[in-house]
Amino acid sequence: MSTKVKKPLPVWADVALIPLINILLALFVAGLIVLAIGEDPFEALEILILGAFGYEESLGYTLYYTTNFIFTGLAVAVAFHASLFNIGGEGQAYIGGLGVGLILLALDGILPFWMLLPLAIMAAALFGTAWVAVPAYLQAYRGSHIVITTIMFNFIAYFLMNYLLVDVIKAPAQMSPESRVFADNAHMPFMHEILGWFGIETAATPLNGSLFWAVVCCIFVWIFIWRTRWGYMLRTVGQNESAAQYAGIDSRKIVMVALGISGALAGFVGMNEVMGVHHKVLLNFVAGYGFTGIAVSLMGRNHPVGIVLASLLFGILYQGGAELAFEIPAFSREFVVAIQGLIILFCGALTYMCKPWIEGLFYMLQSDPKPAEKEA
Amino acid sequence: MANTETLVEMVQPESESSPAAINLRGISKAFGPVQANDDVNLSVPKGTIHGIVGENGAGKSTLMSILYGFYEADRGDIYISGKKTKIKNSTDAIKAGIGMVHQHFMLVDNFTVLENIMLGAESGAMLSGSIAAARTELERLEREYGLFVNLDAITEELPVGEQQRVEILKALYRGAEILILDEPTGVLTPQETDQLFKILDSLRSQGVTVILITHKLREIMAITNNVSIMRQGKIVADRKTSETNREELAELMVGRKVRIEIDKDDPNPQAMLLDVDNLTVTDSQGIDRLDHVSFGIRAGEIVGIAGVSGNGQSELLEALSGIQPVSEGSFVLNGVTVNANNPKDAAEIRDLGCAHVPEDRLRLGLVKTFNAAESSILGYHLDPAYNGRILTKPDAIRNHCADLMESFDVRPRDPSLKSANFSGGNQQKLILAREMKDKPSVLLVGQPTRGVDIGAIEFIHKQIVAMRDEGSAILLVSVELDEVMSLADRILVMFEGRIVGEVSGKDADEKTLGLMMANALPRNNKQKQEGQA
Repeated sequence: MSTKVKKPLPVWADVALIPLINILLALFVAGLIVLAIGEDPFEALEILILGAFGYEESLGYTLYYTTNFIFTGLAVAVAFHASLFNIGGEGQAYIGGLGVGLILLALDGILPFWMLLPLAIMAAALFGTAWVAVPAYLQAYRGSHIVITTIMFNFIAYFLMNYLLVDVIKAPAQMSPESRVFADNAHMPFMHEILGWFGIETAATPLNGSLFWAVVCCIFVWIFIWRTRWGYMLRTVGQNESAAQYAGIDSRKIVMVALGISGALAGFVGMNEVMGVHHKVLLNFVAGYGFTGIAVSLMGRNHPVGIVLASLLFGILYQGGAELAFEIPAFSREFVVAIQGLIILFCGALTYMCKPWIEGLFYMLQSDPKPAEKEA
Repeated sequence: MANTETLVEMVQPESESSPAAINLRGISKAFGPVQANDDVNLSVPKGTIHGIVGENGAGKSTLMSILYGFYEADRGDIYISGKKTKIKNSTDAIKAGIGMVHQHFMLVDNFTVLENIMLGAESGAMLSGSIAAARTELERLEREYGLFVNLDAITEELPVGEQQRVEILKALYRGAEILILDEPTGVLTPQETDQLFKILDSLRSQGVTVILITHKLREIMAITNNVSIMRQGKIVADRKTSETNREELAELMVGRKVRIEIDKDDPNPQAMLLDVDNLTVTDSQGIDRLDHVSFGIRAGEIVGIAGVSGNGQSELLEALSGIQPVSEGSFVLNGVTVNANNPKDAAEIRDLGCAHVPEDRLRLGLVKTFNAAESSILGYHLDPAYNGRILTKPDAIRNHCADLMESFDVRPRDPSLKSANFSGGNQQKLILAREMKDKPSVLLVGQPTRGVDIGAIEFIHKQIVAMRDEGSAILLVSVELDEVMSLADRILVMFEGRIVGEVSGKDADEKTLGLMMANALPRNNKQKQEGQA
């Protein structure tokens, strides 16, 4: 009857080819912009890649950014599997950092590092979860849309932190709205320190032990989503809420669980920043990682492996982009942000733009052309 | 024999010179493998009311959607007033003078009536001019057709009957000379229905052509000039309303059902396992979708529910399986009473030994993106057999799925294949296998063989009978009369949320059942028919 039955694309095309084409398209458009301001796009690309990988420090910075993107990307992905769009990663990460900071400020002189570390992890998770709990409850039991409430909670988080840092936890005898620096035993060891223990000398970078925790979180998310009954229920609710009801799954509880885990994962950004890098609570350390996590998750197809790869790409863009702004005066910091925006646009928002064309191409290549028969 | 005829030459309008308002020639439309319309010919004389009746899924709505430009036909031609017309979208349809009143109104709730009617038909950039013009024109239309609505009322504050009048006015305002009404009385009270019919009558006398889609035979007899009966995508008969009666229409609608012979011993009913008492389900609009239904099923018997779909069968299944809450009344399942004060969700019902094969397998029965193994534990996902303390047991789940596939011959036998990639029949067999595996004491089955090939149907029927013989109480809901007749030991007929009759499976014949399904048994409608004559 209908001759045009669309065959699904082979998995490799869906997972690898389409993202690759999207990245190339984004780079192509970015190249046009580079041309327009009178610079050489190939030189810019070279600086960007060398800036991200070319020397020891750059690699450390790239992986440090990657760590944050893994956390926020996983956060978005877990909610997404339950068909929820948590765009409040920004606020959850901010408050997660507050939790880490409060624990460390309270106990850094008292407890040894090996006791502080699990407490800090728990605090980041707990505070992140707490920050998403109200939007989650409103979504599950009152039907308020999660997108609206989580983004509102980002603003509440900003101003709550402003208040706390200016009026409550600011260290005495200083002007800037920051807490005091934690004692040394409350610092997450830097990667160059860890490698140093094994006799490997590397340059000092902000990359720290949180990267290992990010890897643990990737494994946890994979197991949770695909190898536990809770993950099964979560995916059922996300894919077919009627079927979930048929199976006797309480989708309201699932919404709470999915968003709770999502908030906890976002909260770990606070651990990386507060415990791993700054060693104090300060303003605006989240710096957009929460929002970029949405693009990371979309690009990584909500799968931990994809999210690691996408996080790496965005890490490269952040670090290489900073290098670019430094090396070529014609590039401003804003220009780098514009390139990042293009990548997000093509890989995130326009993920499926090319899909019909590629499907058509595969269709043409696979079916032998006998137009006369098709017409009949 | 009457129902095997294909096409009767259409009754020509009184003024034989003028061409028919609508003339459809050879319309065919397929959705994938489903032939929704198959070589449909239809001629509607100008200034008449033409009824189209048929069971759900007979192709009525598809045909009208083609006429209104929502779908394009695969083949066939449309002639409007004798002129061949291409209708690619609703704009073309409006241009050709066709208006449609949908079952679910297409109105902006917080607009006034006037704003709703003008929407999409404004002229010029500024509204004020066209508002005045529209008001004058609408007042003229209201007078002409006796169709009064307060133009300044907020739409959502109007009763449903008046909202429908807004839809009709909207179509007339756009110059409609042909009006399609899709199940217009489904949402109306009897009084509102009478008013609607008065309006339709006055429209007809002004030369408007009306097509009325319905499965309510009383309405067809009350208002139409001619009627076409659709079944399985085809028009199986055309009749002058004055020359037919409800009995004939019901028979044509349902068709001749072949009783499939199944080796089946007499039932041996034992203890009452499911006892339903005045069960009522009220929807959000306050309409009783299930209206004080009472019956019982004993161990070792199959009770079949017959009825045109949409008469409360789905609500019955969903209430008994814990998907929809009970509004009023109760049922006792294996000794446990479920009512509004003691609700049970689907998991709890399942734990009470009641399995459910849902009517709509894609919406409820499985998750399309899951692989077969994952779908094979839906509803049983908490079973310790598939779970460790934390992790699931993927091998156990795969083996379970493979066992189900083996026992019900699901093809291909690949637990890792996506559920969506199985054919409908194989999806259905997987669900049946899942629900029957634990030998539930009560089994609710909805449309067990919908879209399933003949060989599989026989297999599924045998399995259901075998379950009965092992002592399960089975509730079978099906729109396939032949299926109900060949499987059920007792048949209950549902109409508008109520049980309107019961026959034993042995004595059932399709004619009586068809009449009961249309609530048109002679004892019910004699006086009404006399009233119309």
